[in-house]
Amino acid sequence: MSELVFDHVTVRFRHHTAVDDVSLVVRSGTTHGLVGESGSGKSTLARVAVGLERADLGTVRLDGVDLGRAARARRKVQMIFQDPFAALDPRMPVGASVAEGLLATDRKWSRADRATRVRELLDLVHIDPARASERPARFSGGQRQRLTIARALAAEPAVLVADEITSALDVSVQGVVLNLLRELQAELDLTMLFISHNLAVVRYVSDDVTVLRGGRVVEQGATDAVLADPADPYTRELLRSIPVLGRPLDLEA
Amino acid sequence: MLRTFRSPQGVAVLVGLLVVVLATALGPTFFGDAATTRDIANRQAPASLGHLFGTDPLGRDLLARTVVATRLSVLLTLGAVGISVGGGVVLGVIAAVLPRFLRRIVTAFIDILLSFPWLLLALFFSVIWGATSTGAMLAIGFAGIPVFARLVSTLASSVANTDYVHAARLLGSSPLRTATRHVLPNILPPMIVNTAAHASVTLLSFAALSFLGLGVQAPEYDWGRLLNEGSKQIYVEPMAAIGPGIAIVLTGVLFSLLGELLSESGPRRVRAARPAEVAEATTNDENAVVDVERLRISFRSDDGSLTERVHGVDLRIAPGEVVGIVGESGSGKSVTAMAVAGLLGPEALVESERLRFRGIDMRTRPSAAERRTLGLEQAMIFQDPLSSLNPALTVGRQLTEASEVHAGQKRGAATKRALEAMALVRIPEPLQRIRQLPHEFSGGMRQRAMIAMGLMGSPRLIIADEPTTALDVTVQRQVLRALADARERTGAAILLISHDIALVSGFCDRVVVMRDGAIVEQLAVGDLDKAEHPYTRGLIDCVPDMTTDRDRPLPVIGVAAAEEVPV
Repeated sequence: MSELVFDHVTVRFRHHTAVDDVSLVVRSGTTHGLVGESGSGKSTLARVAVGLERADLGTVRLDGVDLGRAARARRKVQMIFQDPFAALDPRMPVGASVAEGLLATDRKWSRADRATRVRELLDLVHIDPARASERPARFSGGQRQRLTIARALAAEPAVLVADEITSALDVSVQGVVLNLLRELQAELDLTMLFISHNLAVVRYVSDDVTVLRGGRVVEQGATDAVLADPADPYTRELLRSIPVLGRPLDLEA
Repeated sequence: MLRTFRSPQGVAVLVGLLVVVLATALGPTFFGDAATTRDIANRQAPASLGHLFGTDPLGRDLLARTVVATRLSVLLTLGAVGISVGGGVVLGVIAAVLPRFLRRIVTAFIDILLSFPWLLLALFFSVIWGATSTGAMLAIGFAGIPVFARLVSTLASSVANTDYVHAARLLGSSPLRTATRHVLPNILPPMIVNTAAHASVTLLSFAALSFLGLGVQAPEYDWGRLLNEGSKQIYVEPMAAIGPGIAIVLTGVLFSLLGELLSESGPRRVRAARPAEVAEATTNDENAVVDVERLRISFRSDDGSLTERVHGVDLRIAPGEVVGIVGESGSGKSVTAMAVAGLLGPEALVESERLRFRGIDMRTRPSAAERRTLGLEQAMIFQDPLSSLNPALTVGRQLTEASEVHAGQKRGAATKRALEAMALVRIPEPLQRIRQLPHEFSGGMRQRAMIAMGLMGSPRLIIADEPTTALDVTVQRQVLRALADARERTGAAILLISHDIALVSGFCDRVVVMRDGAIVEQLAVGDLDKAEHPYTRGLIDCVPDMTTDRDRPLPVIGVAAAEEVPV
């Protein structure tokens, strides 16, 4: 069991309310999609979950434990960042970066165990383990994103937060990363909060979906239900804006 | 690095370092006797062949004393630099990794220390530790800490805000571990450069302190003391002062050069490449806006060899036509568009049978009239509008610039036109917006301002290179609508570059699919579902849409497929 609950979370930056009374539940073993445009507060919500930002009101709970108070439990929620070029230390061999994830397990790892585990993780994300000693500069964007996924998995997280992880990637590479996430989901029974501005991508990976606008939840529910029959005009506007192959874009206001 | 030290400057620095190291290590052994032997009969002798720098009031050879003094001067310098750098790193890194409140206190403390003149600090400390050589070293070392602490904390805080440091924190890495594993290695290169430069300053400071009588005390002597003693007889026996002076200057320059050398050891700049000769254009399609035949573009790599990135592309755009180029990163789609616009720099070698924009041969340097035509008839919109707009000028000024420069319009007429253009791309309240700076615009609004800028001329071709990639879907729609409006108003052709085939199919008349610098397939948008090439099919299928089967993995193509390691 690993259930992540946002309970009436509000985050304010000075006079601006970035997240306004948001409640949502990431059910154990499922992927919850969080959709919204720039400024909708979706990234702020992610940063609150992992402790990079503090909630002014409300709580984030993992299996009932308030993450605002328990630093150790917070390590059970790990984040994959948007920009794979900034998320890896350029001067650290990628194997060492992945091994850094093992810090969060609170266990002592012998040198040999650590090396074995790093090899397993690299294998898991389809990166040749023989390349563990190379620097990030030798890897492409998609490969780097897979390395950051491996690092997050090394922490044995209860919940993964993926913040716009494919928006910096080519569409073809995006496919690979999405496939990997689905594969890992099936193998490891991951619980995941998947954040994106791309509705089609969210639809492809998520079981549930929450649509955010201006820091507020405008619509929430099972992905199929919400996207097949959106109740909120904003969700309909989002759906209408997605380019569809072979159909002229609807450019009218 | 090795290459840097092979340059003439590098060789000079290496030789200089060798001399200084030898003098430091062996000077007292070989010249110790000569430096202490008194020869009263020969005291205060001027420079001669036997005594190149002359002798002092006790008849000791000053050249020998200068060489012997190297050890004390250099060691004191290194010691003081070590204290400055060590203290600065500790203070600076602490300032960068502390929680917000404590960080403010430490930073404020550094700022306060920095507000004292450096010399005042050095004198203050040398009063505390007394006028000895160790005292001077501590004084100068500690006085240098604030400067380094400021440098390190600035460098470190830029590293401390990167995602990899955030990630380390999420994983439970302690501040100390984060500082040593992530922060220090990433600020090391600029630190080394600054340390070398600082060494040169410190050397001078010692000379100054000793010269003032505050540093090294007799019977010990360093270059500063020798300079002090020599200066008393500078009119009688100038070499006694100039000699140690030469040592100070040369060593100081040596440290500075070393710093300069270390800062330069990045990749060399590529040399310009120019086409060997321009063949006469064969046929001529006057009607086409863009007429490109067998376009090849190569780039010079670091080792000087040419790498071809675009291999013989043909592209023809009719007036008013909307063409989209689709491909992955590295497919050559942007470079092709840049060549069409004549915007590639000297690092690119552009070869073609034909490369024409509205009859202007883009392979040669354009004449003034042609340049004017290009300025008015071509508009370019890039992915990041913030870097293509000048942050210091108002949007209005940048809009009117094109028509004032190229069309010779008066300021008033140009402003009126700018307002019309802004209204056309649906920027709300153009009268207020025209006076604002680019950073006051949102991303989508900036892109629309770029389109408005294109409308200030009489565009025949608008090239839009991934204009909506960084934008939200609803904003993307607004930007594309502005592009469509612009085309309707002016009849300009549009070349839209994107990695999103669905977007291109919804906006363009014709789709050109590129891969690895070559055109894979060209299709009318209506025929996309009949695409034959497997790569085109793959590009279509690998993007999830609202009807994608969620129970099946996405097809993997192109570069991504090559990187996949089979399980």
